Amino acid sequence: MRIGVLCSRIRAEEKLLFTELERRGLEYEKIDDREQIFNLHQREYPFDVVLERSIQHSRALYMLKIMNDAGVPTVNSYHVALTCGDKFLTTQALVHAEVPTPRCLLAFTPESALEAMEQLGYPVVLKPVIGSWGRMVSKINDRDAAEAILEHRDVLGNYQHSIFYIQEYIDKPGRDIRAFVIGDECIAAIYRTSEHWITNTARGGIASNCPITPELADLSIRAAHAVGGGVVAIDLLETRDGRMLVNEVNYTMEFRNSIETTGVNIPARIIDYVLEVGRKG
Amino acid sequence: MIATCPECGAEITLPDDTMESEIIVCPECGAELEVISLNPPTLALAPEVEEDWGE
Repeated sequence: MRIGVLCSRIRAEEKLLFTELERRGLEYEKIDDREQIFNLHQREYPFDVVLERSIQHSRALYMLKIMNDAGVPTVNSYHVALTCGDKFLTTQALVHAEVPTPRCLLAFTPESALEAMEQLGYPVVLKPVIGSWGRMVSKINDRDAAEAILEHRDVLGNYQHSIFYIQEYIDKPGRDIRAFVIGDECIAAIYRTSEHWITNTARGGIASNCPITPELADLSIRAAHAVGGGVVAIDLLETRDGRMLVNEVNYTMEFRNSIETTGVNIPARIIDYVLEVGRKG
Repeated sequence: MIATCPECGAEITLPDDTMESEIIVCPECGAELEVISLNPPTLALAPEVEEDWGE
C-alpha cells in the first residue's frame, strides 16, 4: 500500500505514528508541507491513503483538498478538517445533528457582540473561530470586561477577530473530558483536570483515565459522525446538573498524554484505521 | 550523535532513533529545537506558535 503522511515538525504524536508504521514494516512517504510545491494542474497522486498530521490548519486544509480532489482518501478528509478547524462550522454541524452543545451566539460587530453577551448572561466565553490549545479564548465575567476585550479585538485584531463566537460558560467540575473516536468506536477517554478554567493539556491540564460510559460513547460517536467521521478527539463538558455537552472536535488530535493514561495504543489504532481506509480506496 | 544548541551552545546528545524534523527541547536552556539534519546532526530554533497552529 502506498501511504503518505502530511506533516511538518515531528511532535511526539508523529514520531509514535512513524514508529508504528516502521514496526509493521510498512513503507511511507513523509510529505513535509514546508518543502512541497504543489502543481495545481496535477490531478493524480501516487498514494492509496494519506494521513494528515500537519500542525498548521490552513496548510492541512489545502493539502487535503488537493489529495481528495485527486481521488486519494485521507485521514481525515478535507470536509472534516474544514468543519473541525472552524468552531462556527463545528457548532453548525453539531446543532443540525442534534448533538448537545453549549448555547452559542455569533455576531460581527463589537456592538452586536456586546448585546449577544448580555443576552447569554455573564460569564460568557469568547473564542476565535480558528485556533487551538485554548489560545485567545477569553472568559468574560461582566460588562466592563466585555467592553475592554471587544475594543481590543476591534483595534488590534485582524478581520478574523471581528467574528465574535460567543459561548455560554459551563461551570464544569474542574475538569473536562476528551474522548478519542476512530471510525464508529470511542476507543479511549481522559479527564483533563485543572485549577484553571482552561483545561487543555497543552496549557497544564492533567490527564487521567475516564471510563467510557454508554452515554459518553454515544455522544462522542454522534459528534464524530456530525463532523464527517474519521479519527477525531471530542472535547466534552459536564454540567452541574449532570448533562454532557460537546464543546469542540479536533481533527489532528494530540494523544501523547493519553496512551499510558488509558492503556490504549492510540497510534496503533490510528494506523489500523488508515490501512482500512486505504484498502477500501 | 551530538549536536549543538543554537540558543545556548550546549552539546546535546541525540538518541539513535531521532528523526529529521523532530522537535526536541534543549536540556540546558529549555529552547524548543528542530532537528533540521541528521548528517551532520544540526539543530535550529523551532518557530514560535503561529495563529492557525493546533490540533
